[in-house]
Amino acid sequence: MTDASAPAPTPIDWPRVLKDTIVTTLVALAILTPFIGLVTVQNMEHKLVLATRWPLLFWMVAIIVGGRLALTLFVWNRPKKEKKASSLALPPAVEKIAAPFFIGLLFAYPMLILSGLGAGGSIKWIDNFGIQILIYIMLGWGLNVVVGLAGLLDLGYVAFYAVGAYSYALLAKTFGFSFWVLLPMAGLLAATWGVILGFPVLRLRGDYLAIVTLAFGEIIRLILINWVDFSGGYAGISGIPRPTLFGIPFNASDTGFAATFGLEFSPIHRTIFLYYVILVLALLTAFVTRRLRRLPIGRAWEALREDEIACRSLGINTTNTKLTAFATGAMFGGFAGSFFAARQGFISPESFTFMESAQILAIVVLGGMGSLWGVVIAAAFLVGGFELMRDMDFLKLIFGSDFDPTQYRMLLFGAAMVGIMLWKPRGLVSTREPTAFLKERKSVSGSHVSEGHG
Amino acid sequence: MNRWQTQPLLEVEHLTMRFGGLVAINDLSFTVGEGDITALIGPNGAGKTTVFNCITGFYKPTEGRIALRHGDQSIWSELPAATAASGRRWAKGENSLWLLERMPDFEVSAHAHVARTFQNIRLFQGMTVLENLLVAQHNPLMMASGFSIFGILGLATYRGHEKASIDKAKYWLEKIGLTDRADDPAGDLPYGAQRRLEIARAMCTDPVLLCLDEPAAGLNPRESLELNTLLRSIRSDEGTSVLLIEHDMSVVMEISDHVVVLDYGTKISDGTPTEVKNDQRVIAAYLGVADDEVDEAEAEVAS
Amino acid sequence: MEVFLQQLINGITLGSIYGLIAIGYTMVFGIIGMVNFAHGDVFMVSAFIAVITFLAVTLWAGIGSIALALLICLISAMVLTSVWNWAIERVAYRPLRGSFRLAPLISAIGMSIFLSNFVQVAQGPRNKPVTPMLSDVVTLVHSDVYPVTISYKQIMIWVVTAALLAGFWWLVQKTPLGRAQRACEQDRKMASLLGIDVDKTISLTFVMGAALAAVAGVMYMVYYGVVSFSDGFTPGVKAFTAAVLGGIGSLPGAVIGGLLIGLIEVFWSAYFTIDYKDVAAFSILVVVLIFMPQGILGKPEVEKV
Repeated sequence: MTDASAPAPTPIDWPRVLKDTIVTTLVALAILTPFIGLVTVQNMEHKLVLATRWPLLFWMVAIIVGGRLALTLFVWNRPKKEKKASSLALPPAVEKIAAPFFIGLLFAYPMLILSGLGAGGSIKWIDNFGIQILIYIMLGWGLNVVVGLAGLLDLGYVAFYAVGAYSYALLAKTFGFSFWVLLPMAGLLAATWGVILGFPVLRLRGDYLAIVTLAFGEIIRLILINWVDFSGGYAGISGIPRPTLFGIPFNASDTGFAATFGLEFSPIHRTIFLYYVILVLALLTAFVTRRLRRLPIGRAWEALREDEIACRSLGINTTNTKLTAFATGAMFGGFAGSFFAARQGFISPESFTFMESAQILAIVVLGGMGSLWGVVIAAAFLVGGFELMRDMDFLKLIFGSDFDPTQYRMLLFGAAMVGIMLWKPRGLVSTREPTAFLKERKSVSGSHVSEGHG
Repeated sequence: MNRWQTQPLLEVEHLTMRFGGLVAINDLSFTVGEGDITALIGPNGAGKTTVFNCITGFYKPTEGRIALRHGDQSIWSELPAATAASGRRWAKGENSLWLLERMPDFEVSAHAHVARTFQNIRLFQGMTVLENLLVAQHNPLMMASGFSIFGILGLATYRGHEKASIDKAKYWLEKIGLTDRADDPAGDLPYGAQRRLEIARAMCTDPVLLCLDEPAAGLNPRESLELNTLLRSIRSDEGTSVLLIEHDMSVVMEISDHVVVLDYGTKISDGTPTEVKNDQRVIAAYLGVADDEVDEAEAEVAS
Repeated sequence: MEVFLQQLINGITLGSIYGLIAIGYTMVFGIIGMVNFAHGDVFMVSAFIAVITFLAVTLWAGIGSIALALLICLISAMVLTSVWNWAIERVAYRPLRGSFRLAPLISAIGMSIFLSNFVQVAQGPRNKPVTPMLSDVVTLVHSDVYPVTISYKQIMIWVVTAALLAGFWWLVQKTPLGRAQRACEQDRKMASLLGIDVDKTISLTFVMGAALAAVAGVMYMVYYGVVSFSDGFTPGVKAFTAAVLGGIGSLPGAVIGGLLIGLIEVFWSAYFTIDYKDVAAFSILVVVLIFMPQGILGKPEVEKV
């Protein structure tokens, strides 16, 4: 042990450390023995039997106990530093330069990737890392209106995503309308659903609202599963028409995009086109959200989050204000949903589970409620990290060839949600930008901003 | 004759509020005169805040009528007709009557123009002082922004209105001496400033009647004095009538024109400060009880 | 009539399981005002512990008596699940106490995702079937068309649930622990000023909730004979519905709510269509919250101005 020489301002209370270590060992053994030490397997007769994995159990317990011991000895005994309200928020002056630069980078991204990796290698980077992340950024920004600004906890946001996706899929297949006609319609339909679902539930407070929205999300998903005539049930809807560029389809035909512009046909064209579509949609969301925040309606949303009773005493119709927040958020969800359907060409209820809502909510909360930048960072981190897990083939060299990193994606995702909450309960960007100022725009520290009661 | 008898702005009649078996207000009637500062006083638990909540629509009274006048005195003759009709507003020409007991809370403020503050200050803590004052101008600004549509498009008509609303906020910041702190979060202000800001915020809704729930609570003597000045100015410069609940007798006696005393939900006195001060029932209910207790305690100590 | 009676028996059985889980939701909500989103997955963990213990005692220890095996299962599931929930509270919720209101909820959602995926990775994604047990039935109404029966396992579920609920009721009503718990519910700060160890009380609340969820887990294993890593979410939401229906914060309410949800689900499936039984449960949740947010036995909330 070298900690005698380490600068340890508080002397280590060895009996306590010993006791703590013993307790940790016992707890780790108790919780891991049934799940790691023992494993249920089906034998030849398809009967369940038990097998043991004692070495694995030993190592996992050792890691937990060792980790905790190390934290106790080297991290937790340091005197607590006065925590500065650290936040990733950019000062307004920096943001003025950073925002156009960042947007420019997003527009140049497919070209940069294409020139670097060629057509074959870049589909993955544009599709999985570009389009996928942008969809979640857009969904995050949409939900941010509801949760971040208005302080209404919505656990069923995916319902509006589903409404958008199914509206596009069904209307396009039945009536043959184009993507560009149906995109606003899908948004409006989702907003209408937002009002219909929102009207009865928005007078509920706090966690009750969260649970009712969760229930609505599940009801819509279960109806999509069970109403086979309408939605195709579990099988979903396939063959959804793809979007076109002013009527020019992205296929290998003579009237297709490649032929029209004299290029050699490649699937990357459509991917790049879809990338720009979702980029523009996402930027539209950001633009509208920023504008709305500075309008009376946006201020009313934030005031509602701060104190609903005070809002009512100032003559603000809180029901309508909440409904507009709900409908606005739903509308963006509907846009994103119809884009999703058009991109995939296939949708099924599997894509609209509660997990999806949880993921979007996690992006909003981890980003910092109400912050557009925070959502971008959180989406890039969570969704990008998620996608990266697919590519961790080198892990097979360490853990053996039957190791499948994708299995661990959700496990790590759940652990990351807990971990980030413990690390930054208010999210990455916790300061709030005022919407109006007399002399100078000062950020409001997160400790003043309340998180809403609904 | 007093102003509350000759020029009533608000008439509360036979107001009763029951919570289950508890009668919080029992058949209360009083009037608030136009241009008066009216004080509602009484021991703890007398039902004062409940009266406020009934007037401002947060509670729906069990029984009774609360009528507010906009415009000319002559409209009061229409009160029976207004009551018989089913609507919340009864208008004749320029003048109108509002039946507040029929209105939900936000409409009382938005349409009848009765504003209020709260006993435990309810500011938007995470928003700046200026933003607090802008939120109070929500309804007119909402119209000006074309229900957000003009605003999203960034049309000039809205920007003009927004500038006007900031000017109005500036005027009030000047009045409460918080211009320098306009861009700070409201939660950062000292207690007395928060009280003043809450009053200014209520005034930004252009009220005809301002209801203040214990505005002097927790203020030091200097702040208390500043409050008196502010309230007088609200009455004389803005022409807004004030109804306030207060425990601080120096404030009550100093600035109010009319005092209504409640005890256990019943009105026990109503008149000018001097009249009320000398009313035997007030002394018995309000001060006398405390004296008795002092006597009893002394007796116990002595024995 | 026979159908009705039979479904009544089935519904009460299912309802007892929901009721046991619902108590965990209602107690945690009562004491720290948090919807413990991971509680459904804690229930799932306990069902796995039950399966694994059952296999261990029947295959390895060679215990032939089903009753003894189940008793060992029950005790080990209650103890180990309690340790699980204690550790979860320590790691994921306690550091967030008094923080941002959404933080513990998000943390709980993360924990729920973690638990179901942990079990999936550790034990494999397949369903885990155990040998059917206690399946003999007692025929209550003899009928050629539709005999009404009650199986031994249903009787066992009723008896065990009733006995443990009685013990639990005594624990929270008559012991200092229960009193400390109710004090923390009323006013946590005041309770701590009066010398109640609030952290310990909250930990014990999680432990008690987990122990009852473990009872439900064992019953679930016995009743259905198969357990899967994804079995936490839907029973969890239904049990939460039960807690809300009964009036959140009220312990008898949770049991009544659980029974009602079980009955509604079973009758819906029997008389209408099994496809929409979950829709029915969720719809009840929505309707109850909208029209009767205080539930059956809850206290009405008065808005303070």
